Amino acid sequence: MEQPLLEATGFRKSFGGVPALRDGRFVLRPGSVHALCGGNGAGKSTFLKILMGIHHRDAGTLMRDGKPMTFENPSQALANGISIIEQELSPVPAMTVAENIYLGREPVGLFGRVRFGELNHMAQELLDGFHFGIRADSLMMDLTVAQVQLVEIAKALSYDAEIIIMDEPTSALGEAEADQLFAAIKTLTARGKGVIYVSHRLSEIFSICDSYTVFRDGAFVETGAMDTIDKDRLIHLVVGRPLTEEFVKENEPGREEMLSVRDLSAAHGVRDVNFAVRRGEILALYGLMGSGRTEIFDRLFGLSDTAGGEIVIEGTATRIDTPNQAIAAGLAYVTEDRKHSGLVLTGDVRDNLCLATLDRVSSGQLMRVGAERDAAQRMIETLNIKTASDKLSVSNLSGGNQQKVVLGKWFLTEPRILLLDEPTRGVDVGAKREIYRVMSDFTRAGGAVIMISSETDEVLGMADRAVVMRDGRVAGELQRAELSAERLLHLAA
Amino acid sequence: MEKQIEAATPAGTGTEQPRSITTRIGPLAQRYGILIALILLCVVLAAVNDNFLSQRNIINVLRQTSINGILAIGMTFVILTRGIDLSVGSVVALVGVVSASFATTSTAGVIGSPYMPLIAVMMGLATGTAVGAVSGTMVARFSVPAFVATLGMLSAARGLTLIYSGGRPVPALTDGYRWIGTGDVAGIPVPIILFGLVFLLAHFVLTQTRFGRHVYAVGGNPHAAKVSGLPVRRIRFAVYAISGALAGVAGMILAGRTGSALPQAGVAYELDAIAAVVIGGTSLAGGIGRVSGTVIGALLIGVMNNGLDLMGVESYYQQVIKGGLIVAAVLLDRSRKSED
Repeated sequence: MEQPLLEATGFRKSFGGVPALRDGRFVLRPGSVHALCGGNGAGKSTFLKILMGIHHRDAGTLMRDGKPMTFENPSQALANGISIIEQELSPVPAMTVAENIYLGREPVGLFGRVRFGELNHMAQELLDGFHFGIRADSLMMDLTVAQVQLVEIAKALSYDAEIIIMDEPTSALGEAEADQLFAAIKTLTARGKGVIYVSHRLSEIFSICDSYTVFRDGAFVETGAMDTIDKDRLIHLVVGRPLTEEFVKENEPGREEMLSVRDLSAAHGVRDVNFAVRRGEILALYGLMGSGRTEIFDRLFGLSDTAGGEIVIEGTATRIDTPNQAIAAGLAYVTEDRKHSGLVLTGDVRDNLCLATLDRVSSGQLMRVGAERDAAQRMIETLNIKTASDKLSVSNLSGGNQQKVVLGKWFLTEPRILLLDEPTRGVDVGAKREIYRVMSDFTRAGGAVIMISSETDEVLGMADRAVVMRDGRVAGELQRAELSAERLLHLAA
Repeated sequence: MEKQIEAATPAGTGTEQPRSITTRIGPLAQRYGILIALILLCVVLAAVNDNFLSQRNIINVLRQTSINGILAIGMTFVILTRGIDLSVGSVVALVGVVSASFATTSTAGVIGSPYMPLIAVMMGLATGTAVGAVSGTMVARFSVPAFVATLGMLSAARGLTLIYSGGRPVPALTDGYRWIGTGDVAGIPVPIILFGLVFLLAHFVLTQTRFGRHVYAVGGNPHAAKVSGLPVRRIRFAVYAISGALAGVAGMILAGRTGSALPQAGVAYELDAIAAVVIGGTSLAGGIGRVSGTVIGALLIGVMNNGLDLMGVESYYQQVIKGGLIVAAVLLDRSRKSED
């Protein structure tokens, strides 16, 4: 067998005496896309941060091309051919794509003058090499979120690294851009590079990776070739117990319309939108990035400046101009980005759970601290939120538990209609299933759910019906029996 | 710190995000860190100077701290919502001349009402609140950055002070009005009592009321607060009104103590107030902080000034040392946060 690009054995790392990683092992071969799998808390992030030189390992050896190495800082890792595509984007909005890609590495001429022509040329060649279809001289702020993510990917690739770490690279991408990324990965592996791929989306792992390594509870569990394992077994390895079904769906749609919209218009050119959701139903709002899905939710929740059309809730035409009116009408909105608009990260779990119902746990202005605590405790138990205490800062919870805190905040408002925008993004397999269980139970109890999802699997698994958006309009509607990935994509693109 | 991590681990957290663990401990450790610094400073000063612990000196320090302390408490509300109020020094002067004009021996003699000091105080509070309300409207309603809105107000309020007073002091205040700055109740000076009352009230509002929860949420994440149905604009507006009102209280204490209201009073007071808030551990990024920290921060500045005075250090040097202290307090906070 050829020399591995990278071989890590016995990685250990503790924070304040508590082990985060007990036995990290990983072997990456040239030309391979290797999935690193594990739930939240498995030690993946710690392991990757050691590889990148952000954390220093307590024990273990790292061989790079057969030579033992230790990285003191990220630039040393980069110098040794290890580059990463971050989950969080960090572009400079007022600069061009080319300037962003080569930030701090611009080709300079006399007196430090940047040679912009050469810079643009280099960047355009890089972007075209991966068929990203982005102009190098366009301003970063004019790009869509998905395009920004592609630029970030191009930047990581521009270092010409041997090893590229991708941590949830598709979390902000639509299916079309994700396909561009996968094509780029193929180009990379054909050039003999190695990719370490982290994703909560199993379908992705199975379609693009050739090998897998599983961590659980801070330790290595198993490694092997992708074609020797199936989805069920991989989930089993990740969560440590067999998981019979990925999705939970026990609801039965009723007849009565809970919410319907007529000729609705919203921001970014969304118009003429008509659909209805029934009692007990899970309705998927499907569409590519920028098709206007989130804008519809913002409009329904009174967060949009554009407010045309009519909203009928349980038979009554209802005017919604502010979130308060939406909450009063029985709506609850779990937004797409929980860090941006879901959670108050400086607050604790209790603060966040009670945020939308402060008037229910206070008498006049005076807070009733006991009632506040009880309400928070009730949600922690109901939703099985894993936290040491309700006074723990919410920023310390894993993605799945943070998402459950957002859900809990809304359940305390006793909603009848849930708007869920990408409810399982960045959430591990175990917590995902719990969120599906919550959706199923909520609709069984007579509620209605409208769910935006970019994952076709999730739409197929959970939705009773799908409304497909394209360019700000409804492109079509599919009943559960008609749902398939091809049909969804066909209508959306 | 270890204990905190252990508490998080059974829940299966902590390991994925080691960086965030410290953000929770930071304010707590820092709060006590500054308290310890204050106590140490007091111990040192007591050791080198016999007068430091005398009753007269302690009361002196508290009285000198009260004006900055009250301003800093108002500033804490604003900074908790990610804002800043640069206008408080000018408001101190404006409120001084406006309220004092209702309490000079001549005006009081003309109208002759025994309630004149009360009317003067009401006018002072109304003026301070009104100025704060204008800043609040600019920030909350018209989305003017707080720095710009209150920088404008810093200049405008100073100008109004000079216009109203004709650039001359408002002299010869009545005894009733001067009582605010110089009187005492059971031996405790009125400014100290007001400082204490403002602290207790602010602490109660921030920890025990719905409005307090709103302030923290808006500062921590205005988007999440808005989606959750909180009246974000009204909260932003209110914190500036509070800061203006408390600047009014400080302005009247200052005028009462001086015996006449000076139009050039309060210059650069906003900087000491911001310093007390920052030293007290409130994050300029919003959402984190306590008024108790602010009070300790104000006391630290007050004790340091007093100590340097007692040791005969020139006031020019005091400013340099205070500057160092502000940066050191923030650095101390940072280093504690980055310890793993």
